[in-house]
Amino acid sequence: MYGNMAEDPNKAKVRLQIDENLKRVYEDALKEDVPDRFKLLLAQLKAKDGSGGDSQ
Amino acid sequence: MTNPAVFSADPRDDLVSHLPPLRAFAISLTRNVSEADDLVQDTIVKAWTNIEKFEAGTNLQAWLFTILRNTFYSRRRKHKREVSDPDGIHAGSLFTKPDHDGKLAYADFQRAFDQLSPEHREVLILVGASGFSCEEAAGMMGVAVGTVKSRTNRARKRLHEIMGLADGEDVMSDDAQMIAVMGRSGMQAA
Repeated sequence: MYGNMAEDPNKAKVRLQIDENLKRVYEDALKEDVPDRFKLLLAQLKAKDGSGGDSQ
Repeated sequence: MTNPAVFSADPRDDLVSHLPPLRAFAISLTRNVSEADDLVQDTIVKAWTNIEKFEAGTNLQAWLFTILRNTFYSRRRKHKREVSDPDGIHAGSLFTKPDHDGKLAYADFQRAFDQLSPEHREVLILVGASGFSCEEAAGMMGVAVGTVKSRTNRARKRLHEIMGLADGEDVMSDDAQMIAVMGRSGMQAA
């Protein structure tokens, strides 16, 4: 669908750049350290569940 | 029914490994870290307490993303959060001249991306950047595949408009781009 060679090469170039930039937006966010509070939260949820871990 | 090789017996044990993409999706969607973190927090609790609704062997990340985006939109409906600038009318139009090779400056791209509606950011991130298929995105968004495709096209078009690239024409020579940028700032100043 994207990068069709029949289309204007400039248009394809911009498309590609936009794709790259979109990936970068996501990957930049992915590189951020996940705050500890989420791991703590999971540990708390697990502790609260007591036994935990035999869902079917 | 079981496919235990790659998955933990309890999918809840896998949640921790999905935190980075979940948070990246939240940040992409909200463009606001504290709002994103609240969403991640809610999503974790919902996922934990509703884990029996997760179908073993299906994509846990997609399931988590679905919870997160549903939480996001239902919150928005409730709070009618500052849908400040749905069409991206104002906000930084100070676009800089592209690099010599005509590359869009990343800072400008980010600014344009921030001005998109969350629906547009969502579809572009799901399909384009985080690597889901249109079919998977359709499942997460609760819409038809055709809707995902047309929304993607509209979102791209909107990005072009915000960045001042005429749809299709784009990547003007540096000079033409410069003139366009100056014209834009001129209008802004007037």
